[in-house]
Amino acid sequence: MVILPLKMVGATAYVRGKRLVGPVDLTLAPEGFTIVIGPNGAGKTTLLRLMHGLQRLSGGSIDWAVSLTEARRKQAYVFQSPIMMRRRVVDCIAYPLLLRGENKKSARAKAKTYAERYGLGHVLQNWAPDLSGGEKQKLSLARALITEPEILFLDEPCANLDGRATREIEAILQKVQDEGNRIVMSTHDLGQARRLAKDVIFMLNGKIHESGEAEEFFSAPQTLEAQAFTNGEIVE
Amino acid sequence: MNEITQGFWDAWALILFFDPDLYEIIFLSLRVTVTAVVIASLIGLPIGALLAVNRFRHRRFVIALLNALMGLPPVVVGLFVYMLLSRAGPLGGFGLLFSPSAMIIAQVIIITPLIASISHQTVRDLWANYHDLLISLNTTRAQRISALLWDSRRALLTATLAGFGRAIGEVGAIIIVGGNIDHATRVLTTAIALETGKGNFAFAMGLGMVLIMLAIIVNLLIHNLTKTEQASTW
Ligand SMILES: Nc1ncnc2c1ncn2[C@@H]1O[C@H](COP(=O)(O)OP(=O)(O)OP(=O)(O)O)[C@@H](O)[C@H]1O
Ligand SMILES: [Mg+2]
Repeated sequence: MVILPLKMVGATAYVRGKRLVGPVDLTLAPEGFTIVIGPNGAGKTTLLRLMHGLQRLSGGSIDWAVSLTEARRKQAYVFQSPIMMRRRVVDCIAYPLLLRGENKKSARAKAKTYAERYGLGHVLQNWAPDLSGGEKQKLSLARALITEPEILFLDEPCANLDGRATREIEAILQKVQDEGNRIVMSTHDLGQARRLAKDVIFMLNGKIHESGEAEEFFSAPQTLEAQAFTNGEIVE
Repeated sequence: MNEITQGFWDAWALILFFDPDLYEIIFLSLRVTVTAVVIASLIGLPIGALLAVNRFRHRRFVIALLNALMGLPPVVVGLFVYMLLSRAGPLGGFGLLFSPSAMIIAQVIIITPLIASISHQTVRDLWANYHDLLISLNTTRAQRISALLWDSRRALLTATLAGFGRAIGEVGAIIIVGGNIDHATRVLTTAIALETGKGNFAFAMGLGMVLIMLAIIVNLLIHNLTKTEQASTW
């Protein structure tokens, strides 16, 4: 682990004068599995994008343990709505390796292994935009993991998946984390959050409303809103 | 009416029996236009992509300029290239006036804005789709542009075919800078103008039929490409 910890101090994101997220104070320790939960529009996506550098920082600071250039190379991000390049599945998965100067043949061979590992072996030669929603999600995951990132951001990676595919992906994520990689993931699925989380960040109205170790958070949430949310009630 | 029917059959004879004068003109036309399309694509496609991907100060102005240039009257382009290449002009020393090179230059000026403009629209749409992914993957500017151009290659091929269609049928500019010299700069369009004037209808119609066939082939290709483009999202 080189690029972590990640330190956010007063990090804020404004778009056209409207505050989306922040101020956020947060330190991501080198190891763990952090799950970001909260109602729709709470700012989960924006928080992940801020960390990854996709959302411009309007105030405060975000620092990695290494230079930004180096940190950027060791992160990967899986988007809430999958972005499919107009290429064959195998070429989509190989693309990040090609960008890093790996030759086409070995990149393809590696992409094939990853595709098979994530249940895409039978659609290797299909056009990525024609895949089903769940297959697109799996492709995104394979494409993110092929560069062996130290930290993986996942924005609701199981949103389109059926129960079985969800379990498969959870097993993969568990393995990725056991291998010592850092995962930060948002989800709507409280069951999934309970199964996977080591730490929880509960977002509400663009702010971290409550955060802490998963076991404590789920057994004894401190705030009323977190109690309501973990009971499956509507929180506003 | 009789004259037209006669001309029609004579034209077919010229085409089918490989009349050397006719085919010399066809080949020169293709050589000039294909060269112009290749050059204009090499310039226009990356310019379109750059305009789509890069934000710079006068970007909107450049895009407006590009759209305006698409409407340039070819005759004016001809006049402009003529002045550039004439002996007293800034590029007079190269002796290019009344040569196929002069015609290529004129066609490049006419179709580059067209190709750049279509390329800009195409790449801009794909960039909106790819943006977050390509940023997340730390692509360099060159990597972005090449991925965008490569993944929209069908639409871009359509753009170059549109450029070909415009260039092969153009007459105003190339008659000025080429001079329509027999065995040197005579192409399909300028020859039709000349032969019609001389009352040489069979030959003019033969040329016209070839031109129409080329136009139909190009349009069929464009049609097919855009159809497959819509059928599947790639
Ligand atoms: N580019 C933007 N411009 C304006 N408002 C934005 C922009 N991006 C996000 N927002 C707003 O910021 C708020 C937080 O959005 P965000 O996508 O982070 O929520 P979320 O927690 O991920 O929601 P969901 O669970 O629906 O995915 C929302 O109110 C959203 O409308
Ligand atoms: Mg979201």
